[in-house]
Amino acid sequence: MTLHPTARHRNANTAARAANTPAGPAQNMDRTAGITAAQNMAQTAARAAGKTARPRLRMMAWCAAFIVCAALLLPAASYLLPAAATEAHAQVAAGENNRANFWRAVREGAAGYSAVNASESGMFINNGGQNWRQMRNGIIANYGGWAIIAALLALILFYAVRGKIPIESEASGLTVPRWQTWERVMHWYTAALFVALAVTGLSMLFGRVVLIPVLGAPGFALWANFSINVHNIAGPFFTVGVLAMLVFWLKNNIPDAVDWQWLKDGGGIIGNRHPSAGKANGGEKIWFWLVVLVGLLAVCLTGLALINWLAPFGVGGARDTMQLMHQIHAIAALIWIVVFFGHAYIGTLGTEGALEGMTTGRVSVEWAKQHHDLWYEEVKHQAAPRGVESTAAKTPAAPAAQPSAA
Amino acid sequence: MARMKFLCDAERCIECNGCVTACKNEHEVPWGVNRRRVITLGDGEIGEKSVSVACMHCTDAPCAAVCPVDCFYTTDDGIVLHDKDLCIGCGYCLYACPFGAPQYPQQDAFGVRGKMDKCTFCAGGPGDDNAAEETEKYGRNRIAEGKLPLCAEMCSTKALLAGDGDMVSDIYRERVMKRGGRPQTWGWDTAYETG
Repeated sequence: MTLHPTARHRNANTAARAANTPAGPAQNMDRTAGITAAQNMAQTAARAAGKTARPRLRMMAWCAAFIVCAALLLPAASYLLPAAATEAHAQVAAGENNRANFWRAVREGAAGYSAVNASESGMFINNGGQNWRQMRNGIIANYGGWAIIAALLALILFYAVRGKIPIESEASGLTVPRWQTWERVMHWYTAALFVALAVTGLSMLFGRVVLIPVLGAPGFALWANFSINVHNIAGPFFTVGVLAMLVFWLKNNIPDAVDWQWLKDGGGIIGNRHPSAGKANGGEKIWFWLVVLVGLLAVCLTGLALINWLAPFGVGGARDTMQLMHQIHAIAALIWIVVFFGHAYIGTLGTEGALEGMTTGRVSVEWAKQHHDLWYEEVKHQAAPRGVESTAAKTPAAPAAQPSAA
Repeated sequence: MARMKFLCDAERCIECNGCVTACKNEHEVPWGVNRRRVITLGDGEIGEKSVSVACMHCTDAPCAAVCPVDCFYTTDDGIVLHDKDLCIGCGYCLYACPFGAPQYPQQDAFGVRGKMDKCTFCAGGPGDDNAAEETEKYGRNRIAEGKLPLCAEMCSTKALLAGDGDMVSDIYRERVMKRGGRPQTWGWDTAYETG
């Protein structure tokens, strides 16, 4: 037990006083004995002093325990109140504040009646609006904008490091047919609409920040008015193009084990291996399924909802529907645009000999062997010199082969 | 500087729709465009409440924040107006607005809505005050004539108040003091005795 210094001092004094007391057994003893007795007395007194200190400490401990218990229990005493509560108390407890409840319901979007006959005219507070504002102006505009800038920078960096992937073997002048005319029309129809939609759509999201300082408010308003109309009209036509791709190119894009190996080898873009591929390689298949799933479902479908074309299917023009559709549309479209940059890069700058497949419909034999070896085996009997579009030509003769037909 | 505000006293509004009619007539608003509307909550039940709603001329206006062409502006009186020459009718202001204030004259195929129209607090638009063009696009400019919005001026029960926010809140505070009671039961007991 640790005592306070003052307390210890006081005990020592008591002991000394007890030692000096003349009465007691020490009275008849000799000096030595008296001294011994005095010492004994002092010890006894000290013990007695200890005894008087202990109850005080015990009392203090009990007081502290009582205070702690009271502090814990007293607030809980309110639970006893309802038993003795007045009527007014009971009313508060039962939540009978009609006024507060009434306006709370309004704040949470309760609708009423309005003589004005219009969509959602009875709706007092449109709660989703502020969330939509924060999503669009905050998360979508910020992350979307930086994603696009980052994707472009990454492509520039990649081109600087890797350069154009060349056709490695000597050109023989022979070509094989890759995309038929209707396939190329389908591709470029959809591609042109995609670019138009991307440019106009990005103008709607970023124009206020990026284009108003350049064009001025009236100038940008003209462009934005053009943009929104092009966007809304091109959208449904674009959807038709994407649907056609889904239907006609599905057979090229069923994933298989070859694609898995292709992906594990980095598609030949990363590193120098030449993984096998059929008509469509793993990367093309990923792009295809992204277009179909993200593009068709998350962009085209929500876009149709935004121009109110899904009203017959019960997806109406209510504001909360529009807010949701717009958010999905914008996020998915930004993802699509970012991946599109990769597709456009690989098809043009990134790979020698890839673009002519989609422009002329034919690719060089060397390109086909290098990038789509399995598919080349299927079509090599159709090899013909450039400019000879006949698929029937099987013999590579033609002494004066034209460099390019288109 | 005054900061213009609307306030509708729900204890006084009797859903006469006089404000709606006054607004439509004053500004010759086309069919389908409703700058102001009266909403009745709990219609037909004891304790029903009616409130007249239009653009509330927000300080941090969501419509202005999301507008792709930045066509909104706030006047020195705190009135939120927009420039119809810039508006492209995209509908974003309607998505963002808490009160359903933005209105569109059309709803055609390919999502064409026409230029947005909304309550101007009877303060017109960006053009010359009460020029023919301004009146055609935005309606009368009563503020320029030193008058307050007609909806509030014509309110038969003086439920709808419009004007400098300080004065509007003073008037409303006086009413509340006269009615008595705790803030959450303003007038309620007077009209409906209990609960």
